[in-house]
Amino acid sequence: MSKIIKTRREVLKTAAVVGAGLSMPTFFASSAFAGYRNEPMGGSVTLGFNVPQTGPYADEGADELRAYMLAVEHLNGGGDGGMMNTFSSKALKGNGILGKKVEYVTGDTQTKSDAARASAKSMIEKDGAVMITGGSSSGVAVAVQGLCQEAGVIFMAGLTHSNDTTGKDRKANGFRHFFNGYMSGAALAPVLEKMYGSDRRAYHLTADYNWGWTQQESIAAATEAKGWETVNNVTTPLTTTDFSSYVAPVLNSGADVLVLNHYGGNMINSLTSAVQFGLRDKVVNGKNFEIVVPLYSRLMARGAGENVKGIFGSTNWHWSLSDAGSKAFVKSFGEKYGFPPSQAAHTVYCQALLYADACERAGTFNPCGVVEALEGFKFDGLGNGPTEYRAEDHQCFKDVLVVKGKENPSSEFDVLEIVEVTPRAQVEYAPDHPMFSGGALGTCNPGA
Amino acid sequence: MDAILLQILNGLDKGSAYALIAMGLTLIFGTLGVVNFAHGALFMIGAFCAVTLQKMLNLYSVVIDPEKTDFLGNPLKVKVPYVESWFGEATGQMIINWSVPLAILLAIPVMLAVGYIMERGLIKHFYKRPHADQILVTFGLAIVLQEIVKAFFGANPIPTPAPDLFKGSFDFGLLIGFAENTIIYPYWRLIYFVFSTAIIAMVFSFLQFTTFGMVVRAGMADRETVGLLGINIDRRFTLMFGIAAAVAGLAGVMYTPINPPNYHMGMDFLVLSFVVVVVGGMGSLPGAVLAGFLLGVLESFASMNEVKSLLPGIDQIIIYLVAIAILLTRPRGLMGRAGVMEE
Repeated sequence: MSKIIKTRREVLKTAAVVGAGLSMPTFFASSAFAGYRNEPMGGSVTLGFNVPQTGPYADEGADELRAYMLAVEHLNGGGDGGMMNTFSSKALKGNGILGKKVEYVTGDTQTKSDAARASAKSMIEKDGAVMITGGSSSGVAVAVQGLCQEAGVIFMAGLTHSNDTTGKDRKANGFRHFFNGYMSGAALAPVLEKMYGSDRRAYHLTADYNWGWTQQESIAAATEAKGWETVNNVTTPLTTTDFSSYVAPVLNSGADVLVLNHYGGNMINSLTSAVQFGLRDKVVNGKNFEIVVPLYSRLMARGAGENVKGIFGSTNWHWSLSDAGSKAFVKSFGEKYGFPPSQAAHTVYCQALLYADACERAGTFNPCGVVEALEGFKFDGLGNGPTEYRAEDHQCFKDVLVVKGKENPSSEFDVLEIVEVTPRAQVEYAPDHPMFSGGALGTCNPGA
Repeated sequence: MDAILLQILNGLDKGSAYALIAMGLTLIFGTLGVVNFAHGALFMIGAFCAVTLQKMLNLYSVVIDPEKTDFLGNPLKVKVPYVESWFGEATGQMIINWSVPLAILLAIPVMLAVGYIMERGLIKHFYKRPHADQILVTFGLAIVLQEIVKAFFGANPIPTPAPDLFKGSFDFGLLIGFAENTIIYPYWRLIYFVFSTAIIAMVFSFLQFTTFGMVVRAGMADRETVGLLGINIDRRFTLMFGIAAAVAGLAGVMYTPINPPNYHMGMDFLVLSFVVVVVGGMGSLPGAVLAGFLLGVLESFASMNEVKSLLPGIDQIIIYLVAIAILLTRPRGLMGRAGVMEE
């Protein structure tokens, strides 16, 4: 009998060769995406829901969390499946993601960039979250997106409307389903021209931070292209609560339209001040004075009460849409929670499904695989009509809704009515558009 | 000229709120020697008295309307407020419409009780402790109170409109010879200013012209001597705490139509009100009122486009710059008394 193996070194060599041979099929199957941060090893995968649970946007955060929990339920095969039934991609089977049960951890962004980064970091490092999603502020979105890029996990943005999120601050690991300031301008301007004419003089009050600046720039450019003149743009500190001193000079400025580039509490307070000063009852330059709120949120509009009646704005989605996806989502959400979902709830629910679907199609949780699956992905059935995640900037392109405060609401949720569904082609722009320049996606980071 | 008049008017209603809160703060400091960082929370609780009354008046019974559907396609459940069922639709709606002024009646006993409980239950235990301890405990109390309000009412502002009668604005410019739409001023802000002035006058009269007020003023000047005369000054000071709480609460109630209240509104006013107290002079009631109006008007001026274009960002720091200037030239504030916080 001949000796096959003679020495300890030969034993090790043989073991290495045999081991490599045995692992070859698996290795080749996932060769492009091997080794990444927080690879799920057991029977479950952990997602990190980073939403404002305290602070001024806590109500929006609560609605986001409800939608995430609904998405998790649907992904794991519970409930009625919601928009999974209407989603054009059929990769999701209701057995979790890639056969692993979906679990989640939550963090509180407090709508503060540093707090949001800290909670995202904790979910990535301590809880092993393989994806971070959520938020209700562009400042937070940009900060957390940067962190996720560095950490090597995917970031599916929540409610963020600044051009910069997928403009100068875009990142390869980050994706935005929500629309942006440019799209608001492109959708609103034609409606405003139709309703108020092309000979208008607009006065802008703008929240003095990243989101406010980009929205003001977008709305001013879009309305000026329709013949409007921008009389003045006054920035207001984010901490302002009483806008009377900013609103009072408007009537005397020669303007006949006030554009409020404000969101949340700022929007409620500035609109309340403008209505209190009776601007909407005045006639200036022979025309009725008008107010425009470019970015509407139903939750916030409710806070402004009757003041929103008849005021135009734009929104990403509204529960009254009649397509199959929206109806399915409203039914699931409404039956579970007793009231219709907000646009924040809709966008984060879509983001959770889109991430899960991308993992299924890529066959991996590896961020680079997910990025590849999402880039250029075209889909339908999630409430906004045919949609595409553009590869160049990771921005979703879809129809945009122009809405107006409802004159005769039938319930406390029936605050806005849809005036027009602006087709995607009208709100689309080139990836190198000047309002979005100055940044680059870079390359995906798998984190390991 | 018209722009200056406009900003003076704007500053007056903002200054009214500062003056009312600062007056309560300085009253508590002058009587009890307590630096009360929970005073902004009292303003917020007052505002939520108006919200609570509005919600109470809107308590409803549900009637099914088979002809309409809700967002799920089920028959619409129409909410009919009990006050409309009891008093008829027109009267019921009028009562709901006047919920803010009516809330004053609710706020006075509630705020007196809140003030009494706060003082007897917590703050009296910190009279002999350093001011740093008082600041910490009252600041902690403010956070607890605002989180309780948030848990009940949510984080978003709640619309609490003024009665329809006072909606809109009047053209003040036309009255004094300016062109139309040059100086406009909302009716409710004018009411707020008049209301604040009346409350300030009532507090001053109470302290100046009643025996109770005289004893309190004597106690503020020399607590020990008043005590040696056999007067229970502590009990009177406790009542003054309740009055200060009620003043802050009323300021909050009437402020709700100006800005829809949220749980954080107390904190927004607190720091500025402390600056007002310091500028006015610690423990000085007239100083607090004067500084409140002065800083309110200055803040309005700093928000003018012409001023901001010369000094960007001035609207955010003007109050603090003025405070520094006044304290450098008059270390005791505008009307401060010698000996207060100088031991």
